[in-house]
Amino acid sequence: MDFLNSHVLSFSIWLPILAGVVVLLLGSDNKPNFTRWLALAGGLLAFAVTLPLYTHFNYADGGFQFQELARWIPAFNVNYHLGVDGIAAPLILLTSFTTVIVVIAAWEVITNNIAQYMAAFLIMSGLMIGVFSALDGLLYYVFWEAMLIPMFLVIGIWGGENRVYATIKFFLYTLLGSLLMLVAFIYLYHQTGSFEIADYYQLPLPLTAQILIFMAFFMAFAVKIPMWPVHTWLPDAHVEAPTGGSVILAAIMLKLGGYSFLRFAMPIAPDAAHYLSGFMITLSLIAIVYIALVALVQKDMKKLIAYSSISHMGFVTLGFFLFSQLGLEGAIVQMISHGFISAAMFLCVGVLYDRMHSRQIADYGGVVNTMPIFAAFAVLFAMANSGLPATSGFVGEFMVILAAVKYNFWVGFLAATTLIFGAAYSLWMVKRVFYGDIANSHVAELKDINKRELLILSVLALMVIGFGVYPQPLTEFTHATATQFLNHMAISKLPVAGL
Amino acid sequence: MEYIKTDLITALPELTVLCMAMFILLLDLFIKPKNRIVIYGLAQFTLLAAAYFTVSTYNPSVGYAFSNMFVDDPLADVLKLMTYLGTSMMLVYTRQYMQQRGMFRGEYYAMVLFAMLGMMIMISGQSMLTIYMGLELLSLCLYSMVAFDRDNARATEAAMKYFVLGALASGMLLYGMSMIYGMTGSLNISEISNGLLEINPKNPVLILGLVFIVAGLAFKFGAVPFQMWVPDVYQGAPTSITMLIGSVPKFAAFAITIRLLAQGLYPLAIDWQDMLLIMAVLSIAIGNITAIAQTNLKRMLAYSTISHIGFLLFGLMSANLNGFASSMFYITAYVLMTLAGFGMILLLSRQGFEAENLDDLKGLNQRSPWAAFLMLITMFSMAGVPPTLGFYAKFTVLQAALQAGFLWVVVFAVLMAAIGAFYYLRIVKLMYFDAPKDNSAINAPTDMQLVLSVNAVALLLLGIMPQTLMQICGAAIAASLQ
Repeated sequence: MDFLNSHVLSFSIWLPILAGVVVLLLGSDNKPNFTRWLALAGGLLAFAVTLPLYTHFNYADGGFQFQELARWIPAFNVNYHLGVDGIAAPLILLTSFTTVIVVIAAWEVITNNIAQYMAAFLIMSGLMIGVFSALDGLLYYVFWEAMLIPMFLVIGIWGGENRVYATIKFFLYTLLGSLLMLVAFIYLYHQTGSFEIADYYQLPLPLTAQILIFMAFFMAFAVKIPMWPVHTWLPDAHVEAPTGGSVILAAIMLKLGGYSFLRFAMPIAPDAAHYLSGFMITLSLIAIVYIALVALVQKDMKKLIAYSSISHMGFVTLGFFLFSQLGLEGAIVQMISHGFISAAMFLCVGVLYDRMHSRQIADYGGVVNTMPIFAAFAVLFAMANSGLPATSGFVGEFMVILAAVKYNFWVGFLAATTLIFGAAYSLWMVKRVFYGDIANSHVAELKDINKRELLILSVLALMVIGFGVYPQPLTEFTHATATQFLNHMAISKLPVAGL
Repeated sequence: MEYIKTDLITALPELTVLCMAMFILLLDLFIKPKNRIVIYGLAQFTLLAAAYFTVSTYNPSVGYAFSNMFVDDPLADVLKLMTYLGTSMMLVYTRQYMQQRGMFRGEYYAMVLFAMLGMMIMISGQSMLTIYMGLELLSLCLYSMVAFDRDNARATEAAMKYFVLGALASGMLLYGMSMIYGMTGSLNISEISNGLLEINPKNPVLILGLVFIVAGLAFKFGAVPFQMWVPDVYQGAPTSITMLIGSVPKFAAFAITIRLLAQGLYPLAIDWQDMLLIMAVLSIAIGNITAIAQTNLKRMLAYSTISHIGFLLFGLMSANLNGFASSMFYITAYVLMTLAGFGMILLLSRQGFEAENLDDLKGLNQRSPWAAFLMLITMFSMAGVPPTLGFYAKFTVLQAALQAGFLWVVVFAVLMAAIGAFYYLRIVKLMYFDAPKDNSAINAPTDMQLVLSVNAVALLLLGIMPQTLMQICGAAIAASLQ
């Protein structure tokens, strides 16, 4: 037990990867149910080992907890250094939780190469947890890039018609951004002689170097979040990905970008972050307002949700660059909440797509008549997506808007328009898909959700309402870390003249 | 007499290979075709024996033999061991291929051993004469092996092209060497290095000699603008020979580059750094961009090689121990990846069918998930995506170049690497996302499947644990280039 307790993070990373390999070796299309149960067992076990991050977390400590340190590549002073703070821990829990949901969601849907599908998600889960918990630059980078490989395969093998274009675009976009980040890491390595993130935090850097480093990181993270104008891969990837792929993309992968801003770009180059905050806030506002308008005109449900994700992630980056406690905590709450809501929205589209094989809004209408239970869930999630009070979607957005108004009235005003636009595109889609008369014979034949679908949607609904009514656990997680982060950001890292 | 004995012991691995190659050539006359597998076994045994002698005569410091014309240092030992390993793997991969095409003859094995002897002499060359001798031995074997399938017009054409351009390159190298000899009065690497300190480094004859030497080396590596022969020879030669040309000789080419540039002409580093820089940037750009347009897998791998050589030059042009060690690490990773890549082509080829078009890989995941997985690792490794060995290879050379101050060149290189990722991804796409074109079972000997699996999985495992290999390369370079 001691070993387990002192290596929580290693288990969280390697157990799902191991489970994935086992599924790959033992599972096959000839024994589909065995493969599925094996994957589920692996997913649940992997979720279970992450739970100590909740039960044993010290809320008063804003630094890194559950640390593990071992030599990895001494030739370049690279360490296997893991640890989590109040920002990473909830995201890790979200990751392992979502993986279980994805495994269940794929149950009857995926019928070819089942073992490979399940293994891809389990391995991806381990790699993403690795990204959240790495405290060494190169270790982080390895996890960050490695997770592209399973996602590339997931979209490409189980995706829709245009999957090849979408997945190659996804991979190349992300790779291009990441490689510049690698250059930044190597530069920092030559400055400090190590890949330890903690060393980077202490390194004084002139403003030009900080801006270059910030931009290199920006290229990697802005693509991932994604921020306008480098967001164009996301709608393609989402539309073509299978439901599970979309869920992981929206719920976790986008958060990796947001998380990484807090872990690298901002604390390593705080002066550049302040210097460029106007630029970042502008991009965030464009995402919030313009992308919301783009979402409004979408005809494809998945595309609509994809654009809505970009718009919501705009709140995250906006919250970061306001440099206030409220904004930062709001952004983190928004990340977690969006993880649940976007996952639920994509699962809802998945439910419809499995029955109708269409994502076009125009093909639907009056679904509530044939699928009343499902419609109730879908409306709830759409409401949450538009930021209805008492759902988790409201909490984060509200905090960020408050912080934004305090920062500058017009920034807050523009951000607040999302409450209108968000409601407009979400509810208009609900109206067209679910309400009205039954549109065609296919809709008339629809069967309501089965127990499996009911289970995953209820769990997500519980989370969305739970965190909406009582967001305390999330803010507790992040409070000390956010305070410490802002203190760090307040201190200039410019070399003092004369030294 | 005593010193002759020391000399012979120092060159024991080379002598073993020489004797065995001649023995195989003779034995082949007396052996029945159906027993020819014995020759294959003997060739493998030769490699094992050479490895044994290399390890048992291992010299942790630098030792000279044959009047300082031959050097035995850790760099030479490590590179030779890698050469044996690569050659041995290549022999395993190519056995069935040669048998099915009527090329399973004794000369093949004798010639592979002679070529390897040439590489070993290059690796241990401490005089420009030794280096040139080894290079010619290697090249002559390769020229004739490209035309091994003598009824194949394309192979003959490739051999001709290779020979003409290769001879030209040798001539350039020799010309450069003669100028350096004229200036310094010595053929010995360390004497040249000392002699250069007393000469005005701006002397035009010296610079011209350097240019010719660098051009000759670039020809042998296949770096832009001396890359024209690479795609044609890669495509034209029988795949087994392409595998040989593309893999192990790069160790030897790396060794003579270290001997000539990093040891002999180090005082002129400031000049050859610029030359390598231009070639590196051009190789990465042209290699990666041209590879996108290829439909032939062998040709695509040829352009991929050119871009890899560009990355390799990044380490060399840094002109410090860190850079040389990173280049050595890169070349090791490159050879492992090349062997795995061509091994997969050989695995999918069968009697009367060459799996050399990209489309032949279609739907491999459905035909054989394991083979597809091995190729997946190889492709991501070539693209430099972690957690594979190829990533650390790129990482080490880029950090060396960045340390030497080439920031914008490094940024350019990573942009090109992202472009290059496309054609590797396309192979993954063909294997995983497309339906198979033919469903014939993959039929390869167990030993080949096993070695190929180990080879490709090693790319992944060495990617997760790269420390040992990095350390070996770093230590070998540090001990040999004080």
